[in-house]
Amino acid sequence: MHYLYYPGCSLKATGKPYEESLLAVFRALGIDVDELKDWNCCGATTYMGVDEVQAFALAARNLALAERQASGAAVVAPCNACYLVLNKAQHYVSEYPDIRKRVTRALKVIELEYCGDVNVRHPLDILVNDYGIERIGQEVKQPLAGLNVACYCGCQIVRPYSTFDDQHNPQSMERLLRAAGANVIDWPLKTRCCGAALTGTIPTAGTGLSDLLLKEARRRGANTIATCCPLCQHNLECYQAEGRGESGTLVQTPVVYFTQLLGLALGLKPKSLGLKRMLIALQPPAQATRAVL
Amino acid sequence: MSSNTKQKTEDVRVAVYVCHCGTNIAGKVSVEQVRQFAERLPSVVVARDFKFMCSDPGQELIADDIAKLQVNRVVVASCSPLLHEHTFRNALRKAGLNPFYYQMANIREHVSWVTLDRKLATDKAKALVAAAVRRVANAVALEKKRISAHRDVLIVGGGIAGIHGALTLAESGKHVYLVEREPTIGGHMAQFDKTFPTLDCAACILTPKMSAVKNHPNITLWTYSEVEEVNGFAGNFKVRVKRKPRYVHEELCVGCNDCVEACVFKRGKVDDEFNVGLSKRKPVYMPFPQATPASVVIDPQSCLELMKGKCSKTCVEACERAAIDFKQEPTYEEVDVGAIILATGYKTFDPKRIPEYGYGKYPNVYTTLEIERLVNATGPTQGELVLKDGSTPKSAAVIHCVGSRDRRFHLYCSNVCCMSALKMAHLIKERTGADVFNFYVDMRTAFKGYEEFYDQVLNEGVQFIRGRPAEVTDWAVTREEEGKLVVRVEDTLLGMARRIPVDMVVLAVGLESQLDAEEVQRKFNISCSRDGFFLERHPKLGPVSTFSDGIFLSGTCQGPKDIPETVAQAGAAVAEALCLVDKGYVEVEPNTAYIDPDACSGCKTCIALCPFKAINRDESLKIAVVNEALCKGCGTCVGACPSGAAEQNLFTNKQIYQEIEGVLGYA
Repeated sequence: MHYLYYPGCSLKATGKPYEESLLAVFRALGIDVDELKDWNCCGATTYMGVDEVQAFALAARNLALAERQASGAAVVAPCNACYLVLNKAQHYVSEYPDIRKRVTRALKVIELEYCGDVNVRHPLDILVNDYGIERIGQEVKQPLAGLNVACYCGCQIVRPYSTFDDQHNPQSMERLLRAAGANVIDWPLKTRCCGAALTGTIPTAGTGLSDLLLKEARRRGANTIATCCPLCQHNLECYQAEGRGESGTLVQTPVVYFTQLLGLALGLKPKSLGLKRMLIALQPPAQATRAVL
Repeated sequence: MSSNTKQKTEDVRVAVYVCHCGTNIAGKVSVEQVRQFAERLPSVVVARDFKFMCSDPGQELIADDIAKLQVNRVVVASCSPLLHEHTFRNALRKAGLNPFYYQMANIREHVSWVTLDRKLATDKAKALVAAAVRRVANAVALEKKRISAHRDVLIVGGGIAGIHGALTLAESGKHVYLVEREPTIGGHMAQFDKTFPTLDCAACILTPKMSAVKNHPNITLWTYSEVEEVNGFAGNFKVRVKRKPRYVHEELCVGCNDCVEACVFKRGKVDDEFNVGLSKRKPVYMPFPQATPASVVIDPQSCLELMKGKCSKTCVEACERAAIDFKQEPTYEEVDVGAIILATGYKTFDPKRIPEYGYGKYPNVYTTLEIERLVNATGPTQGELVLKDGSTPKSAAVIHCVGSRDRRFHLYCSNVCCMSALKMAHLIKERTGADVFNFYVDMRTAFKGYEEFYDQVLNEGVQFIRGRPAEVTDWAVTREEEGKLVVRVEDTLLGMARRIPVDMVVLAVGLESQLDAEEVQRKFNISCSRDGFFLERHPKLGPVSTFSDGIFLSGTCQGPKDIPETVAQAGAAVAEALCLVDKGYVEVEPNTAYIDPDACSGCKTCIALCPFKAINRDESLKIAVVNEALCKGCGTCVGACPSGAAEQNLFTNKQIYQEIEGVLGYA
């Protein structure tokens, strides 16, 4: 298995633990990745709001580079926003001739061309559908016993494009972490808004949204939240107020990347998974068990 | 045959008629240009255009030209032969000309309705007319064959459509074979508690008809049976029916249920199909109290004796009439029938396909069919409408259009759910006094007495919220929502998002085609429309017939419909079937194959290939000979014959090549 890795800005900065854990897990499972050379901003959020075609051109530059670097290869985009924008650019460039014309013209200036040959994939998709849950189950060395995990997909990986999971009830992450031995809780808010950029612009509105998620997750007995998106992770962890946990005491709930949990289950060292970088420390599974007892 | 085929071209006098079909054709095709073009074609003696060729004056034009201009071949460029070939062939016959000296050019369905550009449409129409003229010049005088038809009728499916059809046909004196795959007839209607809009007890109006079926001397009822194979054609179908073993002799069993009582399982073991899994039944069971025939059945998937051969067989001891027989094997029946009516019904949409509605996840989310059983006196709770924990619901939501009018599943409207959802609201309110909220997209209550029922339910205080719910969740944000199911919906009349907490959710699931509809379609050689239901011959004028002559449709296998409409359609299917079998004969197209004895080399290729065993070898002449009575006109021998000796009437090589040249010659 060989893929091109498109990190996007987050995974090199606030989302560093995501990159570290993702690459460590891929390495442990023997999934080869090469970082896309000379990649740039995916075009997300601000660009898309200000000038859509410019955003598509930025995204298309990455796609064109990918095509040149390894024709026919799939691109792994771990950040939900990158994943969505790259897929959206792909869709608009192929469906709307007018946009295609303008994007092609922009790429021509920098002597690039995009033929539409790139497949943008999320690591969840790759682990569940290419590698296979059963095989991952066989690789588990330290099952995540004692972790009651709320799996949080966020809004962008299944909407509007649902290439690998159900739009309303995505289950890839749950199946994956269940295979890793975690106790996955039933939590209907797994695709609700995390507050997104509102935590920066209108903090009360943003944190209001992320609070809803945390409160319901704790109410349902979660002691860990697993995410697959740097912005979701940031919003849920950085702005987190203390809440009542299962035992009624005030707690903070660790918010980690699903790859970090998977890495622990595969027997990788917490440090190599970036777990030391987290603001709210994750109790290693064995200790968590003791804490619950 | 050969004397006719050698008709000399100079004798051929073709008349061409170009139909306007109002503006259907003339709106897109320049009829005048086509007429002028046709006039100049070789052999054409006259070309006319007319507003409606199918009208009496149109047909008279043809008769006049035959009489006055000695026209002996006719081309009408109009619509599909499916619609009017028959009309024009008759016109020729009346005017004294062989009806097969006729050729249709379809310039409506194949041209004006499917071509946007006027010039292209006109060009295509000309090409088709040129082809038809060249083909008709080589037409051969033929006669339709008359074949005697069987007078019995097969009905597949014993729901209300099949039951009504069987009784009506039997009353007319025809013998009916009614085949039902379940152990009892009754279908979905037997599962209903009440029927809208009159709220009659469904069983009270259905069961008398079920027992009438059982007792009618003209009906042979085969339950727990399936059609295995269908051969033949209209008037002469040969059908093979497999009768699955019940492990109980139907004629001995009186339905006393002693064996059910005596079964080694003291309680139900597997999901009771009749109660849609809301209760359990034993391996030996009576589907429901009024099951017809009133005979128990033993389910080989759960009976210990049948699965493992290890059981004390208390049921056998209990049966005084020695009706139980574990050695029963499937039996097969072969019948000859003149017509077949398909009444194979529907299945309900599986709401698990919409995970956001929580069916299968939250115990108090039900389907309409489940509520029918819950409120029924013979149901799992003896008619008490209670939640899974045994308490009475204080509030309930009824969600319309589940699986219907939804691009993700079925675009069509399932027709019955609005009324069924209203009935649900009424029953829930009546039985429990709960607050009921109906979530609808549009209310569709056409037909007699339906709007009045809607009005009644409105006045009973049921709240109607316009909007398709986004989800049903147990995520509570306020104290009132704790422990409830919350329906999240955009109320499109209010223009805002709402959260409605309720104790019970009822999903008004749509109707869809049976899982094995495709297999049935293949078996009976009919078609399905895009929505998966069986396709009728014409959406308006042939609603019960199919493209296979002699096979008719009734009830929901053709599309979603309610009971009155199903019964009406069942009657219509009977009338059409009677038309065929009562006459006692069928006319078939003379499209049989024949073999030119001078060209046949006697290689026997065709004999082995003929799927109908219609070709024999004349040992004295050492050539192949077609038996016209058996030939179905499939054309296999024509394609296979290495020496070109095999030809097919209506499709001779010459006719087809001339037609092709007509099209190519124009281009």
